[in-house]
This record gives sequence, C-alpha cells and structure tokens, in this order.
Amino acid sequence: MGSIDSSFFDIGRLDALSSKDSPVHRIDPRLKVLTTLYFIAIAISFDKYDPAGPVPLLVYPMTLMIIGEIPFSYIAKKLLIASPFVLSVALFNPILDRCPMLNLGPISVSGGLVSFASIMTKYVLTVSAVLALIACTGLDSICSALARMGVPKAFTIQLLFLYRYIFVLGEEAARMTRARALRSFGGKGLGMSVYSSMIGHLLLRTVDRAQRIHLAMLCRGFDGEIRHGEPSKIRLSDLLFLAGWCALFTLLRLYDFPAWLGKGLGRLL
Amino acid sequence: MHMADALISPAVGGAMWAATAGLTVYSARKLKEEMDERKIPLMGVMGALIFAAQMINFTIPGTGSSGHLGGGLLLAILLGPPAAFLTMASILTIQALFFADGGLLALGCNIFNMGFFPCFIAFPFIYKKIASSGEGAKRILAAALAASIIGLQLGAFGVVIETVFSKISELPLGTFLLVMQPIHLAIGIVEGVVTASLIGFISSTRPEVLEAAAGPARGKPFSIKPVLIALILVAAFTGGVLSWFASSNPEGLEWSIARICGNKELKSPESGVHALLSRIQEKMAFLPDYDFRKEKPEGLAKSESAQGKENAWPSMRTGTSVSGLLGGAMSLVLAGLIGFGIKIFQGRKSGRRDG
Amino acid sequence: MSHHIVEVKELKFSYPDGTPALNGVNFRITHGESVALVGANGAGKSTLLLHLNGYLTPQAGSVRIGDIPITKSTLKQVRQTVGMVFQDPDDQLFMPRVYDDVAFGPTNLGLPPDEVKQRTMNALALVGAVHLKDRPPYKLSGGEKRAVSIATVLSMSPAILVMDEPTSNLDPKARRQLMSLLAEFDHTKIIATHDMDMVLDLCSRVIILRGGEVVADGAAKDILNNRELLDSSGLEKPFRLQEAVWKNPSGFRDARYAGIKGIEELRN
Ligand SMILES: Nc1ncnc2c1ncn2[C@@H]1O[C@H](COP(=O)(O)OP(=O)(O)O)[C@@H](O)[C@H]1O
Ligand SMILES: [Mg+2]
Repeated sequence: MGSIDSSFFDIGRLDALSSKDSPVHRIDPRLKVLTTLYFIAIAISFDKYDPAGPVPLLVYPMTLMIIGEIPFSYIAKKLLIASPFVLSVALFNPILDRCPMLNLGPISVSGGLVSFASIMTKYVLTVSAVLALIACTGLDSICSALARMGVPKAFTIQLLFLYRYIFVLGEEAARMTRARALRSFGGKGLGMSVYSSMIGHLLLRTVDRAQRIHLAMLCRGFDGEIRHGEPSKIRLSDLLFLAGWCALFTLLRLYDFPAWLGKGLGRLL
Repeated sequence: MHMADALISPAVGGAMWAATAGLTVYSARKLKEEMDERKIPLMGVMGALIFAAQMINFTIPGTGSSGHLGGGLLLAILLGPPAAFLTMASILTIQALFFADGGLLALGCNIFNMGFFPCFIAFPFIYKKIASSGEGAKRILAAALAASIIGLQLGAFGVVIETVFSKISELPLGTFLLVMQPIHLAIGIVEGVVTASLIGFISSTRPEVLEAAAGPARGKPFSIKPVLIALILVAAFTGGVLSWFASSNPEGLEWSIARICGNKELKSPESGVHALLSRIQEKMAFLPDYDFRKEKPEGLAKSESAQGKENAWPSMRTGTSVSGLLGGAMSLVLAGLIGFGIKIFQGRKSGRRDG
Repeated sequence: MSHHIVEVKELKFSYPDGTPALNGVNFRITHGESVALVGANGAGKSTLLLHLNGYLTPQAGSVRIGDIPITKSTLKQVRQTVGMVFQDPDDQLFMPRVYDDVAFGPTNLGLPPDEVKQRTMNALALVGAVHLKDRPPYKLSGGEKRAVSIATVLSMSPAILVMDEPTSNLDPKARRQLMSLLAEFDHTKIIATHDMDMVLDLCSRVIILRGGEVVADGAAKDILNNRELLDSSGLEKPFRLQEAVWKNPSGFRDARYAGIKGIEELRN
C-alpha cells in the first residue's frame, strides 16, 4: 500500500476526482455499482487461454475516465503498483505450463504465457473499472447506494465513519511516524516494541475519540439510527446507462469480437 | 493476502460473495440485538485506526523484513465478533475501492478470508478459550499467538482453495499450500505478538477499555453452528446455481465450474448459442472461416486433457489464435480511437459552452 | 424565557478511576448572559460542561436548565436547548459532507425535509459557510471546521450555546473571525477557555475554576484586572491589560500570540 503519506494522497486524490461534475458523475450510484459488478463478472468469465477476448471491454472504464475527466496517467500509475499478489501468482503460469500453444513464426508461445497474458488483461480491466467507479462516484454516494440496495446499515454506516476518520487518524499516525523518522535518522521501519506502544497510544486516543463522537452525536439527537442521503430517483438516462452497457458487455462476451477483427485483417493483408 | 478479481472465476467469486453477504446480514442483526449504539462510532474509528496502523510497517526482529498488522483478531478482542467482522468488511471494502487491493468480485473472498476466520473462528474458539482460563501476560500471548496463527492459516487456506477452484492459476494445490501456509505461519506469529503486546499495553494502562468490550452483551450468546450451516448452504446453493447456469450454457459462459466438478464434457457446437453464432458468422462475408473453436473444442479443456500429449495439439489453433491476438491489439487501438473521439466531441461541446 | 437559565448547585463529580474533578460547584446564569469559564488545564471546565448537557450525571448536587432538572426523561429536551460545541471539531464533524453534518441534528429531531433543509442552510449562512456545504470536513481549514461545528449546533436552534475552548488551535485571523461571529449571537453563552483576551472581548462575566471549585465569580472587568487572583489560578491577565503593552502598544503582540499557540500545541 505504499507509505502512509502516499496512501492518504491517493484517497484524497480519488475523493477530489469524485467531487467533479460530469454526465457520468450524475448517473445514479446504484446503477453504476451494478453495471461495474456486471462488467467485472463478464471480464473474468473469459477463458483463461483467451487474453484478447476481453480487450474490447476496455471501452467501459475508458469511457468513464474520459467523460468523468479522470486522468489516464493516474489510473495507469495505480495499475502499475497495485497488487503484487496477482503478479506473483500469475508468474507461476508460464513456469508451470510450458506446453506450446501458439506459433508466432519461429517462436512458440506456451500455454502458460497465454494464460499469464489473460490474467493481466483481466487485471487491467477489473482494476481500472473499480478505480474509475470510485473516481466518478465517491464513497458517500456508494454508501447510500448500497444502503438503498438493501445492504445492512450497520455496514454502510461503518464504511462512512471509517472513511471519515481515515483522514483524522491517518494524519495522527503520519505525524507520529514522521516524528519517529526524524529521530531515528533514516533507520528503516520501526522496531516492534516501538510500533506497539505507538499504535497502543493511538488506539487509546481513538477509543476516547469514539466516546466524544458518540457524545457529539447524542447532543444532536442520535438515537441509534443514522439517516443519511437524500433519496434520489432513478432517471431514464440512468436506466439507459445500465441497459446499454450491460447489453454491450453481453454482446462482447457472446461474440468474439477480436477474433473477427483479426481474421478480417488477416484476409485483407 | 488479498485475492484479486483477475485470479478468480465468477462462480467462486459469486459463492464467496453470497457467503459474505449472509455473514454481513447476520452480524448486523447480532449488533442490533446488542443494542449498544456506542459501538457505531467506535467501530468506525477503530476501523480507521487499523487502516492507519496497516500503513505503518515495523521491522520483524531477526529477519530484517517488515510486516504490518492485519487487525482482525485485535478488532474481535476489542469489539466482539459481529462488530469486528463488519469493521473488517469495511476496511477491506475501502482497500478494494481506493487501492484496488483485491477487487469488487474478490471482495467476498477477502472479507471471508480476513474477516470471518479471525473474528468468528479464531477469536471465540481459540483466543477466548485460552485467555479466559487464567490471567497474565504469558497467557494473553499464548492465546493471541494461537488464535492469529490459526486464523491466518485458515485465511491462507481459503486463498489457496479459492485460487485452485478458480482454475485461473496453474499452481497445483500441493505446491501452493506449501508456499502459502509457511509464509502465513510467519505472518501469524508476528500478528500474534503484536496483538498480544497491544492488548497488554491496554490492559496495563486502561483496563476498562477491554472490560467494556468483554462486558455482558445484551444479545443472545453467540453460537457458531447455525452460522456455519447457513454459510455452507448459501455458498453451495450459489455455487450450484452458477455452475448449473454455466453448464447449461457452456458456450455463452464457459465459466468452468463445470470443469471444477470434473465435468469436462463440452457441448456440441451445433446447438445453442454457438450454432446461432456460426450461422450469423457464415452470413458475414468477411469472416467465412470462423471455425477454430468449433473444430477443436478440446483446446479449451487443454490444461486437463492435453498435458503430456503435445502431438494432439491442433495445428488449427495457431493461426486462429494469432489472429485473435491481432484482433485484441486492434480492439485496443479501436477503443483508443473511440476514446479519442469522445474526447474531441466533449472538447467541442464544452468549447461551445464556454464560447 | 425562563429556560435560558442555567443553575448549578453543589455539583460534585469524580471520574471512575477516582480522580476528583468537581467539588461542589455553584452558579446561576441568566438569559442572554455571556459567561467565561476559566481555569488552568485540569481545573474541571470540560467536566462541568459535560454536566450541562446531561452527558455526565451529577454524583451530588443538581443541574437545572430553566425549569427542567436534568434527568433521563428530560435529556432530549435539554440537549435540544443546550447546544454544545466540542473542543476538537473532528469529533463534531463525523459525517462525510458538511451539509450532512449540519443537517444531522434537525433530521434526528424528526423535522420534515423542507424544514431540515431550511434550518441547515440558515445555520450555514449564520456562520458564513454556505460555500462549504458540499465539502468533506477533512478538507476544511481549522477556522472553517470551527465555524461549521458551530453551525451543526445552531441548526438545532438551541437557546444556550456551550463551547469548550473554541479558540484553541486557531490562527490569529481565524480566531478574530470566530470572535466577531460569536459577538453577533444573542444566545446565552458559556465559554470554557484560557484565552483571556477573548474573554475580555466577548464575556461580561467570568467564573474561575480551580481544583474543581469556583474561586471567583464576577464581572469580567473586575476579575480580569485582579492579577493575584489570576496568578493563583494558573491564569494570566489578558495581554491588552498588561502594563508592558500599555507602555509599548505596538510591541510584540503578534510574537506573543505565536508563543501562546506554540505552548498550546505542546500541551495537546
Ligand atoms: N475520562 C477521564 N477519566 C479520568 N479522569 C479524568 C477524565 N477526564 C478528565 N479527568 C480529570 O478530571 C480533572 C478535570 O479535567 P477537565 O474537566 O478535563 O479539565 P479542563 O477541561 O479544565 O482542562 C483533571 O484532573 C483530569 O485529569
Ligand atoms: Mg478541557
């Protein structure tokens, strides 16, 4: 997840992007969440030896990014650093599966390499779709969308509080680590005992803070129920968004578009 | 260790989502029974705390490598299982959304692996049993160590099973287990030590914080059996529905739960969607020779059937796949062009608006 | 309006760990008064304020808000009457957007949506924060946070405003703005602070707490000039009433403010 400062920079950046106003920002968050979930399901349902098949799906995250004015470079950078786990698992494929599958002239490509490529395609698609979703929706809209789709409030409210206090606690934690770094003169990481007492202090302060927040809530009539988010109506354009994209994803799944393109091109050449 | 969308099949993702959704509803209901509304802000800020704590790395003694806190067990000790589970779920959701750690469909897997195991298994059945049978720092350490090791072993096992069942990775079960379990043994030890020292710190400075957590919950006592049974049912049902969907519609969605169940038989290409497809394609003049999959369907089930009999490789595949790759590259270019088009269109529109 | 009266009688309180915080506090504040509650750190100011909205229950003595004694059944009414502004705005602003935060109280009162909206916008307008309404709280400056946390309380239309160290952690400009904002309110005000210059500007009456007891209660101009009393309570005369400033009025005022701020940071 990178260092603490850059992590908060990331959240802040996505949060700032989400407060822009664009046609995709205005789509009802419920439908955006559903569309993105369907997108991901479709993307990962492609065969593991078909790295090219899902490529046309890229049009969805890309459209969100362009219309939502989300910089490509930002998403690309995040794609490069996110999830070493995927890479390390995927790297086993070319090692373990060396059966040749495909001859590109004199070079033969193994099945493992093909499935590796396929994992990477799916990775790029799913990650960019999620980042594009959050960047053009914002967490509080997603929360109220989830709440209205029947997700238990105990969870969505959690999400809101967590998100709100990440910034406060992150700032506190960053201050502590910075102070620590200044005194440790560039020594790497913290020793475990220092870490424990640091987090321990932070934890106690956090418990106290929770108490004060609860008090602040009580002072304003809190009765165990948090009423949040104005009910928004789903408009026709929202439905078109959902229906249009889902139809496109389904078509792209059923018809091997890249294969047609490739063949067409092959015949032309 | 976060599972990622790119490594799971929709059937596995769906089944784990269903299980996690069930757990979330269950936990929310339990929490309501407890009627402790102080917990609402407490869970949120504790989640933020764990989140912040995870970003600070510490050095693991004797190794020089660094680790960070998972937090599931700590939350369970401080908040009780249902609240801790919901808090872990929200931490993982934020990570999935903002850091692309995991992904949306894999979220079910991740919440299960890193939330369910520590909160609903390791804490009540290991930590509590050991810690409540006596006093003292040593006992807390033992309890935390045992609980976090077992919680993480189960979590790692979950990752392995989900990956292997998804059949996206080539890693065989045995090898993957041999890699994952020892790594997580080490992580578990570190997690246990850190958790124990945090609990020790709190109980020496502010014991009432722990007492409040352990205090008499007003809800019914927690029992895991019905939860487990319900979980298994939900997951099996979802997996079953998805696999039925997949096998009755193999060309549309060869989602390969069928293959997981050992059912490698592939449908005749002359029926269903595939037939419709090839009929449409025959009509399309520019693609008369669409037939690569139709003729050699076993290519799809390659990993199981074709290993070791290379001569069975269809020579047909080569050409078609190359054209497939070519097509992939072209779609990329095309997508780029479409994007470019939208951008220009937008630029003009906003230009008009401004002018 | 009688419910603007705050009456505290023989109030005693010790924390569960045994720390005594209040040892028999007495005072009576009437409608429209602006009262400063001063005292060194640990004097018991925050503890006292927590009794005024019923968060803490007196272990001995009583607290009345107007005609209402604070009991479990009157809590809701009391909390609506007494608006409490916390020391750390981050505790008070817990919702994702400023608007939601200011609307939180009115929504919980069960008001119809239109009225909630109107009250929210009014409160934001009163503190000059309408333009901040869609911002997340973490993106506000210290002064903005403070203004918005006051708005979250104003939207409940309280009769009495209670504030715990409202000027702590504010830069001089934000502090000035806050003070002129507070000067405009005609609510009954109770302000716990050790910012003596603010007391001089805003409050007509001063109550000094020391070790959980009231050691002085009187007109601000008298108490603020009583150096011995202030010294013995761990306080200082307002800067503007100190002789050095009169002798050298253009002096080091700003430098001193910076100093106070630095010390406060050390304390926190
Ligand atoms: N939660 C608490 N638990 C125990 N003692 C406390 C707590 N809060 C405050 N105290 C103690 O009560 C006394 C009064 O504190 P407080 O009312 O916060 O003073 P002030 O606000 O004037 O600085 C102090 O001695 C302080 O240490
Ligand atoms: Mg105080």
